[in-house]
Amino acid sequence: MNFIFDRNTWQEIFGSISKNKIRTVITVVGVLWGIFIYIALSGAAKGMDNGFESMFESIARNSMFVWGQNTSMPNEGYKTGRQMQLKLDDAVMIQNRIPEVEFIAPRNVRGFFGTPPANIGRNNKTGSYSLFGDFPAFTKIAPKKIYDGGRFINDEDIAQSRKVAVIGERTQKELFDKDENPIGGYFKIDDVYFQVIGVHKYEPSGGFGGDGDIFIPFSTFKKLYNTGDNVGWFSIAAYDNVDVIKVEENIKSLLKNLHHVHPDDDRAFGSFNLGEQFNKIVGFADGITFLSLIVGIATILAGVIGIGNILLISVKERTKELGVRRALGATPAEVRNQIILESVFLTVIAGIMGIILGALALAGISSATQDIDFPYTNPTVPIPYVIGALVIMVVLGTLIGLIPAQRAVSIKPIDALREE
Amino acid sequence: MIEIKDLHKSYKMGSNSLHVLKGLNFSIAEGELVAIMGSSGSGKSTLLNILGMLDEADSGTYDLDGVPIKNLNETKAAKYRNRFLGFIFQSFNLINYKSAMENVALPLYYQKVPRKEREEKALKYLAQVGLKEWAGHLPNELSGGQKQRVAIARALAAEPKVLMADEPTGALDSKTSYEVMDLIQKINDEGNTILVVTHEEDIAHMCKRIVHLKDGVIVEDKKVEQVRAAQYVK
Repeated sequence: MNFIFDRNTWQEIFGSISKNKIRTVITVVGVLWGIFIYIALSGAAKGMDNGFESMFESIARNSMFVWGQNTSMPNEGYKTGRQMQLKLDDAVMIQNRIPEVEFIAPRNVRGFFGTPPANIGRNNKTGSYSLFGDFPAFTKIAPKKIYDGGRFINDEDIAQSRKVAVIGERTQKELFDKDENPIGGYFKIDDVYFQVIGVHKYEPSGGFGGDGDIFIPFSTFKKLYNTGDNVGWFSIAAYDNVDVIKVEENIKSLLKNLHHVHPDDDRAFGSFNLGEQFNKIVGFADGITFLSLIVGIATILAGVIGIGNILLISVKERTKELGVRRALGATPAEVRNQIILESVFLTVIAGIMGIILGALALAGISSATQDIDFPYTNPTVPIPYVIGALVIMVVLGTLIGLIPAQRAVSIKPIDALREE
Repeated sequence: MIEIKDLHKSYKMGSNSLHVLKGLNFSIAEGELVAIMGSSGSGKSTLLNILGMLDEADSGTYDLDGVPIKNLNETKAAKYRNRFLGFIFQSFNLINYKSAMENVALPLYYQKVPRKEREEKALKYLAQVGLKEWAGHLPNELSGGQKQRVAIARALAAEPKVLMADEPTGALDSKTSYEVMDLIQKINDEGNTILVVTHEEDIAHMCKRIVHLKDGVIVEDKKVEQVRAAQYVK
């Protein structure tokens, strides 16, 4: 294999390809286009993948909501149509009985499900916003970004039923002046004064929620609206590696048991499984990635076959040249190596150019989609993909170069020279 | 230098077999300038191809500088050609995308001579054929005579034991032909062994010995009084 590292070999090859410019350019364009499509496609697919990822970033991927509805079957002497009311005790039971559950956060709300929103006011500014009663565990399920200096509700707040609130960006804008630090400031919720402990950053998360939402401790909410042990719904996060659909079923059958509901009554408790939805979207994104991989590789293949084709034609064109070379003492191996190395060299050069162009195109797409509402973030191609593509090209370039090389060698020098 | 004994060669043409060489015997000593003459179909090109290891004889022996040439695979033949032989073709066979100098340097490339040395040698031989100023030109910028002189320089560059010229003047007008023959004679004067295949009487008589082939056999092998080409060159 010494010839690969011989400067003379490369001078000869470089001479041959630089002096047949049109042939070289056409050859290079074929592979360049292939690798460009491959990089652009898989980068775009990755961008979409990243987009979905970041869309779900603000909520645990294996989380679900469970709420009470009305029974549809009579059971244990209870008649049908009974309204189910989740209780705080249910959360304890779920946490204790179902080991797959990592976090459970009972929640209450004003401003949804037929309840009026909370009226808030500060000085002479007023407004009505959704108000949530929450446990600290909620941020484990749906992480909230709190601006510097603030915090979310903690256990102390719950224990002492503190009148503290985490407000949204919009609430802050409407209640406080521009340069005013809202932390520590007071405002009224339904005529009760609350102190601001944090401002949360709004992130679209697929569920309900907005940039004006206000969070207060669950225990404070309970006193303020006299909700007792009633719970609006549970936000539940399962451990990462468990089957979320199975967990959902287990939770619901436990609740049915606790609330004396017929085991086959599917209407008593409602649920929404984000994990399941997430898996569907991940599956979709995976499909797109796979598709782009296939299309990309097929395009590279087409490009490499193009190189083989052009080299084959050029071998025919160069029959005489190769005959002369052999009359002058080129061994068949030397002729073969030259053709193969030309093939590989062209493929690699074209590949690198294609990768650079593809990267530029991805950068362009990235900056063009920066500000539009489309799940598309940071389109990149993983380095192993790029290296893989290069390896594929070198291997295919060698294999496809073998055909014209073999042909070049199979022509006897005397026949090659006789050809006019 | 060259010794052939009972050389036979036939070609298969469909169902017919064409017996081209019918038992040739001759030897060429070092420093000879031999013309192989014959009309077309006499087998002279076939003989040259066999001598040039571009083709193989069916039977008979061929020794080149004491080395028996037989059962060569392509790789070995290529190495022998490179070491022993220099070719001059009727149609020059220069590589059209290489400059005159690069063409001359090509056999040296296959001898694994380093680039610098290759170029120096190439320039030296170009100077010998009087084309030093044309070193950087491509073949299509040269006249027919110049192309053939480049080809001769290329054949010389490998410093072969025997130069083989296949109708070296076939594509040239008579004035240029004489120039080329003058060059060949001068090279021969320096002691190189040269074989010229031709069908032109005047060209043959510029050699020192004429081997006449007819229908695959040698009909005449005679030494001649060499006509110097220089007298025709003004």
